Amino acid sequence: MATVELPARERVERLEQMWQGKPGILGWLTTTDHKKIGLLYFWTTLVFFAAGGAEALTMRTQLAHANNNVVGPATYDELFTMHGVTMIFFFIIPMTTGAFGNYLIPLLIGARDMAFPRMNALSYWIFLTSGLFLYIGFATGNGPNGAWFGFTPLTERAFSPTRAEDFYTLALIFNGISSSLGSANFIVTMFKLRAPGMSFNRMPTFCYAFLAASFGLLFALPVLTADCIYLYLDRIVGTHFFDPAHGGSVLLWQHLFWIFGHPEVYILIVPAFGIATSIIPAMTQRKLVAYPLVAIAELLVVFIGFGVWAHHMYTTGLPTIQVVFFGAATAMVVIPSSIQVFSWCMSMVTGRARFKTPLLFIAGFIWMFVNGGLTGIMFVSIPFDQQVHDTYFVIAHFHYIIFGAAVFPIFGGMYYWFPKVTGKLYLERPGQISFWLIFVGTNLLFFPMYIVGLLGMPRQIYTYPGNMGWTAYNLAETIGGFLTAFGILVCVGNLLVSYLRGLPSGPDPWLGPTLEWATSSPPPEYNFAVIPTVTSAYPNWDPEDREEDVRKLADGVMVLEEGHEQPVVTTADGNFSEVIEMPHSSPWPPTLGLCLGLVFTFLVLEKFFVAGIFGALCLLSLVGWHAKEPQEA
Amino acid sequence: MLALVPLTLLLASCGSAQDTLNPQGPQAKTIASEFWWMLGGCVFALAVITGLLVLAWVRRGSMGPGREPGERAGWIVIVVFGIGVMVVGLVVLFFVSDVHIMGQTEQPAAGSTKLTVRAIGHQWYWEFDYPGTKHAVTADEMHIPVRTPVLIEAQTTDVIHTVWVPQLNRKIDTIPGQNNEIELYADKVGRYRGQCNQYCGLQHAHMSFYVFADPPAKFEAWLRKQAQPAASPTGELARAGRNVFMTGACSACHTIRGTPAHGTVGPDLTHLASRTTLAGLTIPNRKGYLGGWILDSQHIKPGNQMPDINLDGPQLQALLAYLGGLK
Repeated sequence: MATVELPARERVERLEQMWQGKPGILGWLTTTDHKKIGLLYFWTTLVFFAAGGAEALTMRTQLAHANNNVVGPATYDELFTMHGVTMIFFFIIPMTTGAFGNYLIPLLIGARDMAFPRMNALSYWIFLTSGLFLYIGFATGNGPNGAWFGFTPLTERAFSPTRAEDFYTLALIFNGISSSLGSANFIVTMFKLRAPGMSFNRMPTFCYAFLAASFGLLFALPVLTADCIYLYLDRIVGTHFFDPAHGGSVLLWQHLFWIFGHPEVYILIVPAFGIATSIIPAMTQRKLVAYPLVAIAELLVVFIGFGVWAHHMYTTGLPTIQVVFFGAATAMVVIPSSIQVFSWCMSMVTGRARFKTPLLFIAGFIWMFVNGGLTGIMFVSIPFDQQVHDTYFVIAHFHYIIFGAAVFPIFGGMYYWFPKVTGKLYLERPGQISFWLIFVGTNLLFFPMYIVGLLGMPRQIYTYPGNMGWTAYNLAETIGGFLTAFGILVCVGNLLVSYLRGLPSGPDPWLGPTLEWATSSPPPEYNFAVIPTVTSAYPNWDPEDREEDVRKLADGVMVLEEGHEQPVVTTADGNFSEVIEMPHSSPWPPTLGLCLGLVFTFLVLEKFFVAGIFGALCLLSLVGWHAKEPQEA
Repeated sequence: MLALVPLTLLLASCGSAQDTLNPQGPQAKTIASEFWWMLGGCVFALAVITGLLVLAWVRRGSMGPGREPGERAGWIVIVVFGIGVMVVGLVVLFFVSDVHIMGQTEQPAAGSTKLTVRAIGHQWYWEFDYPGTKHAVTADEMHIPVRTPVLIEAQTTDVIHTVWVPQLNRKIDTIPGQNNEIELYADKVGRYRGQCNQYCGLQHAHMSFYVFADPPAKFEAWLRKQAQPAASPTGELARAGRNVFMTGACSACHTIRGTPAHGTVGPDLTHLASRTTLAGLTIPNRKGYLGGWILDSQHIKPGNQMPDINLDGPQLQALLAYLGGLK
């Protein structure tokens, strides 16, 4: 290779030319750059997070006192449904996989983009339009109000005659397309686009986490989609999937929903595990204790997570033998989690822990996760579960998990990778203050929920009498909620100010172990001037390999500056196999996303013919999409 | 961690009417005592993890040479605590709770109970039927004999609800097309509060009920009375009230046994005056409240199935006199 001796500088200029996107707004609309798509995801999910948070605070205000009258029951029911759907489908999943996964995975594995860059853009545009679709429903008085789990028959037309539940079913189907595309993309990217030398046993644990989440989504989402299609048909066409009077089954909805729903919980938190296992080695300057066990545990959590769904259905009167099976599976899923918790703790104990903001959030995450996990273990006890099921005890449990274990690492990750994304340092002191505000706030918000749950307060009630002994706890929760919101504002404010005023960070402020720290901050559009040399699971801690990269650039080895190119490796061993030409920016993903949005809009309006027309336009834009394919290298 | 201690004490001192930790029946007692054991285990485990996090903070900045100091110690802790101790704990928990305790809280064996009460969920009130009697039916207030195993058959006429009396036993859903069973047993005479626990629409929050555990003789007398048709109105006013009920909107939705009123949308009112509360425990059953309810129930319980009824003053007074006589 590289018989013509070009100086390294010229090679880099050529790469810049090959990978340059379009400027301005058009550049953002047509981009296929995983980093830009990641940022689009980031800002969009942040807006949905604000919406979901506002819904939560409104509910907390309503519940601050007994017999309060801030919102009526109709609004309240919409609020908790929208809060759940928003936080799960439009904040956490797109924030972890969409924003963090998109931005980081190619960087972590030494690739220049995702395996299917245009499909990646399509995931984003579908995600955006599906979110707009749902919120248009909410804004037009058709906000879903059947709870995020949408149990039938309450969500059937007989009991929910408005279009609200049609927005629910269609938004979930629509959003599921986005997540499925993204998951397939992540899997192929991590299987095929790793830098040569990065065999499976050298892949960062972050990637294992996202691999587990992606496989989880890919297998769980079709079940949810099927469930929602059945409900849509029941409502619109008049089928009887969930109608026992005509041979249907009410519990069919619940089985299918939770076959999706429980893996979904692990899908929510496993990426957070990945963020934690990235931050801990960097902030302790120590390799993760028991790396192989942790990698396997991350996969096992999701795998076993597929076998526990009926523990959401202990009170439905399932036969004993069935519930006992699911009780045992619920016990089993604890083990891979506890392996990881002890690995994180021991890594911090034996390493040189630097308690900067990212590690504070990870320590807080571990504490919150263990807190929520332990009350989760209580649900191994079926009688106890049947006692507190659907009370605030369960609300406390899963908010410790979902806020504590899924969202804390998101904040930690925001601080940790902020220098990489912006090239600036964040402000440390306000960062730590934001952590303590959020940590104290969430505990004040969620811990009393355990107690009111045990005192018998059911979930999803818009008001409660004053003589139940619940009032003081509820007031404390409300105060905690506003404290948490304040902490989040400090966090976001810190990052905004730092973005505008922060000191330059340099490429590697944390001395991080993984490849994203081997390139400049922010990374160039082609990510790496040379496809990095990898000989261990902590490649940025191998100085010889980084020197090797410099030599390679001078020699023109693995620079691939002659095209929009990316090497492909063998799946398991990561041996170099071939070089492929990658697609460039394209106007078709947003076009297709928009057309699909209109298909769903007219489906909800029951204008099937118009929906069909936009369906045909979807197919046409696919034709346009594939009219221009990258040339074989 | 320290926050746990006062909170736990506070928790133990509380005794609300729906308190799972103030159990008054054998099943709820077993579950509550299991909770305290589990809580002990959880506090211990959380203390261990908190200790490790504090240790990491205390040792911050100190580390042996290389990138993997103390790797062996780390593996040992993971294998011993993360796998070994956890597996043992989980196996014990599984067998104690899901084999031993569950045997007590499951649906009772056929024939092991003395009395059956059918708890039927409606949007949004509870209908309690006493099969085996001549149509004893009431709403929102179930009576059972004390220290007697009672079989509850949980059913629904519309959506999924949940029968739950936390001080007596765990909960059970009412599933359309399905009959679910659970046992209630009260150790002491008293009034136990229950509440629908499955989100069932607009007025899920106001779908509570009482279980009165009465001495057996008192219970028998109550049941005999409930099985009888409604008392005939005595006095001019009450008779006029019956007329209002039968000719107005009321009888389309409510049943009063022994009269032509056979509606099934709302609760059976045959012995309305024997109840202490109205509308899923939303308001007490007193004349003023009942009058307010009839005229303006949509204000008290927005979205409930009963429309606001337009009555003039004399009509309302007559109706209240009639309903007040339905002992």
